[in-house]
Amino acid sequence: MKLDSKVPEGPIAEKWEKHKFDMKLVNPANRRKFEVIVVGTGLAGASAAASLGEMGYKVKAFCFQDSPRRAHSIAAQGGINAAKNYANDGDSVHRLFYDTVKGGDFRAREANVHRLAEVSVNIIDQCVAQGVPFAREYGGLLDNRSFGGAQVSRTFYAKGQTGQQLLLGAYSAMMKEVAKGSVELFSRREMLELVVIDGHARGIIVRNLITGEIESHTADAVLLATGGYGNVFYLSTNAKGSNVTAAWRAHRKGALFANPCYTQIHPTCIPVHGDYQSKLTLMSESLRNDGRVWVPKQKGDTRPPADIPEDERNYYLETKYVSFGNLVPRDIASRNAKSVCDEGKGVGASGLAVYLDFADSIRRLGKPAIEEKYGNLFEMYERITGEDPYSTPMRIYPAIHYTMGGLWVDYNLMSTIPGLHVLGEANFSDHGANRLGASALMQGLADGYFVIPYTLGNYLATTKLEKVTTDHPEFKKAEAEAKGRIDQLLSIKGTRTVDDFHRELGLLMWDKCGMSRTEAGLKEALKRITEIREEFWKNVNVLGENEEFNQALEKAGRVADYLEFAELFAADALHRMESCGGHFREESQTPEGEALRDDENFCYVGAWEFNGVGQAPTLHKEALTFENVPLTQRSYK
Amino acid sequence: MSKSINLTLKVWRQKNAKSKGQFETYLAENVDSDCSFLEMLDVVNEDLNKAGKDPIAFDHDCREGICGACGAVVNGQVHGPQRKTTLCQLHMRQFSDGDTIVIEPYRSRAFPVIKDLAVDRTAFDRIIQAGGYVSVKTGQAPDAHSILVPKTNADLAMDAAQCIGCGACVAACPNASAMLFVSAKVSHFALLPQGQLERKERVKRMVAQMDKEGFGNCSNEYECEAACPKGISVSNIARMNRDYMGVGS
Repeated sequence: MKLDSKVPEGPIAEKWEKHKFDMKLVNPANRRKFEVIVVGTGLAGASAAASLGEMGYKVKAFCFQDSPRRAHSIAAQGGINAAKNYANDGDSVHRLFYDTVKGGDFRAREANVHRLAEVSVNIIDQCVAQGVPFAREYGGLLDNRSFGGAQVSRTFYAKGQTGQQLLLGAYSAMMKEVAKGSVELFSRREMLELVVIDGHARGIIVRNLITGEIESHTADAVLLATGGYGNVFYLSTNAKGSNVTAAWRAHRKGALFANPCYTQIHPTCIPVHGDYQSKLTLMSESLRNDGRVWVPKQKGDTRPPADIPEDERNYYLETKYVSFGNLVPRDIASRNAKSVCDEGKGVGASGLAVYLDFADSIRRLGKPAIEEKYGNLFEMYERITGEDPYSTPMRIYPAIHYTMGGLWVDYNLMSTIPGLHVLGEANFSDHGANRLGASALMQGLADGYFVIPYTLGNYLATTKLEKVTTDHPEFKKAEAEAKGRIDQLLSIKGTRTVDDFHRELGLLMWDKCGMSRTEAGLKEALKRITEIREEFWKNVNVLGENEEFNQALEKAGRVADYLEFAELFAADALHRMESCGGHFREESQTPEGEALRDDENFCYVGAWEFNGVGQAPTLHKEALTFENVPLTQRSYK
Repeated sequence: MSKSINLTLKVWRQKNAKSKGQFETYLAENVDSDCSFLEMLDVVNEDLNKAGKDPIAFDHDCREGICGACGAVVNGQVHGPQRKTTLCQLHMRQFSDGDTIVIEPYRSRAFPVIKDLAVDRTAFDRIIQAGGYVSVKTGQAPDAHSILVPKTNADLAMDAAQCIGCGACVAACPNASAMLFVSAKVSHFALLPQGQLERKERVKRMVAQMDKEGFGNCSNEYECEAACPKGISVSNIARMNRDYMGVGS
C-alpha cells in the first residue's frame, strides 16, 4: 500500500487556497441527496455536523452520551490558539505554523499544520459570532494570554472553561440544524462496526445503549470524530466513556492507524491517591505561569513544605531550563517530574508528586490577583484533595492527557478507506509527536468548521456511489459481528470484572509504555497484553443482558478493543527507536538526558495495517519532509 | 488526612422506565474518605458484580464537574451536601463513619428514569433546539473584533453560560421547573450583542418548549440556585421573565 498524502503542489502558504479552488463542488441543490454520518459530537464532530447541515447535506450525528453537549471536549480548560496577532506581539500564521511544527518535534505534516494556522483566525470569528463568551478587556475587545510557554499571546479563553464554551457553541449550531431537520441526532448510541461496501465506507452499526437494539445506518460518507485513546491507560484525564472502539473497528476494516505511541502526558494533574481511583484530574497548565515547581533537595524529606527552607528546595525546572523555566513544554515538564520522583525526591504520601508553589506569586501580586486568575482551579484542587493551595503548595504529577496518534488521514482528512474521514483528536495529522497547549480545540474546530466542508464535497463530487440499503449483505455481516461479540461477552461468565482487567492493562501500559519506554519493557508489555487479552476472553464476568441499559456491557466492549489496540500501541513504541515529543525511548537520549530524535531513520509517519488479532501488523511509512521549518533539535535551555 | 469509614447505602433500584422501583440497602465498608462519591459507588458496584448482582446504573463521564452527566439526590439534596459541587466532585470526607446515605434519581415528569439513578434529560436538548443559539452559519462571521462587548456584560454572559445542563435545578425544584436552565441560556444570549436580533423569538420558543416538555412553573423557591453546581443565579430567571413579557432591555 502506497500512502498518498495528497498534499497539493505549490508554496506552503498557497496550498490550501489553491486546493480549495481545485476541488470539485457539490451543487447546493444536490447536497440533500447525500447522507453523511458523523460519529462523535465533540468539537470536531459537532462543528462538522452543524456546518454540513447548513450546507444542505443530510447529516446523522451519533454520540454515546445522553446529550451531545457532554462530549469530552467540554473538559478542555485553558484556551484556543489563533494567529490573530491582536496582541501586536509578532504573531502571524507563519509563526503559529512554525511553533506547531517545532512543538510537534518534526513529526507532523507541514501542509496540514499550515492550513490549521491559516483557518485558526476564522475559528475565533465564528465562535464570537455564535456568542461564545470569550474573556474580554475593559475596552470590549477580546483578551489574549500566553499559554504553554508560547512567546506570544495568541490564546483566547473563556475563564477556565474554554472547551465547554466552544463545545456549547458548536452544539448550539448543531441543534439549530436539528431543529431545521438537516441533522438527525442519535444520542446514547455506540458505534460497533464500520460497514465497507465495494471498498467505500457506506455506513455504521450502532448499539442503542438504552434498549440494546443493534441498528444499521447507511451513508455516502462516514466521519469519525471520536476522540483519543488515552483510556488505554485506565487512569487518564479523559472522560470515563472515552474509547477507541469506533477508530479501532475502522482500523480492523482497513483504515491504517498512525503513530499510536505518541501520547501526551500532562504535567499538572492531581496525583493518584488510592487504588479505587477512577480517573485523573487535570489542572490547566496556565498554573505554571505563576506557580513554581520544586521538590526537596534531600531524598525522603517528609517535612511539611512550609518547614523546608528555601536553600533546601530544588526548583529543578528553573535551574535546568534557564530561559523557559517552569514554562517548558509539557513533555519536558512531565519527564523531569518523573525523574525527580524516581530519584526518591517526590512528595506526598505516594512519593509520586512534586510541588507547584504559588507563595511567591501571592506575595508579589496579592491573593486577589491569584484568585481572579486561578480561583476555579484552586477550588477544584481543594474539593478533590481537601487542601488549600493558597496556604500550602499544590501537589502535582503528570497524567495521560491527549493522544497525538490516530487514524491516518490524507490532506483531505480521508483515511485509507475511501469515504471514511477522520477529524479532531481521532486523526493523527497536525500535532506530530507532541501537541502544544491550546491547540487541540483549534484543531477540532478547524477540521469540523473549515476543512471537511470543502474536502467532503470533493469526495462526493468525484466518487460514483451506488445506492445501498441496510439489507446489503455487508450490513448483515457487520450486524452479526457486533451481535456475536456482545453474545460472547455475556456468555463468558468468568470471575473477574471488566474494570479489573482494565486496571491491570492500564497499570501495565503506564509502567512500560508511559512516560519513558525501553526495548525490554515494551517487549514485556507485548507479551503481557496478549496474556491479559486471552484471560479477558476466558474469564471476564459481564452480568445482565443485551436488551437493557447495561453499563458493564458497554465497558466490556470498549475494554475488549483496548486490549487489541494496546498491542499496536506497544508495537509502534517498540519500532520507533528514537525519542520524539511524547515518545521517550531511554535508549535514545543526549548525554544530558534529553530526548534525542533520529531524523535519519525515523522522520516518517508510522501507519499500521491490521492483519488480525495477535498477528503482527504491517508498517507503512509516509516520509515527512520539512521545507519550511528547518529540522532542528528542540532546546528550551 | 484520609481515613476509612463505613456507610449504609439506601439506593433506588429500578430496572427500567416501566418497572416499579424500590430502595435496596447495601453496606459500603472501609471507604477511603479521600475517594469521590462516584468512586465509592464504583467500589460498591465491583462488589455487587463479584456477587453476581446487577450493578447500580448511574450516568457519569468526565468526573471533573463539567460534562453535566452525573447527578442524583443524596440525602434529599441534589448532588449531595456540598454547595456548588457536582456529584462526581463530592468527596467522601463530607460524610462520617456510620452514616446512612439515601441515594435516589432525579424525580421529575420531564426526566423519566431509564434505570436506577440514570434519567432521560433529552428534554433539555429539545429546549436548546427550540432557540438556544444564534443563527449564524459557518463562514458568515465578521472579524471577531468588529463585535465589541462591554466586559461587565461579557462576564455576566459567561456566568450564565457556565450551565452544565445537569438538571439539578429541575430536581431541586418542588415544581420540577426548568426555569434556571432555560433562563441561563436566554440570559447568556440576551447579554450579548450577537443575541439581540433573535432575542424576543428565542425566549418565546424556548419557554414554549419547556412547557411542552412538562416542566413545572417557577414559584420563587430558589432551590434551583442552591442546588446548582455552577452557582447560576436566579437573577437570570428575572431577566428571562422581563424578556418574555417584552420589557427586557
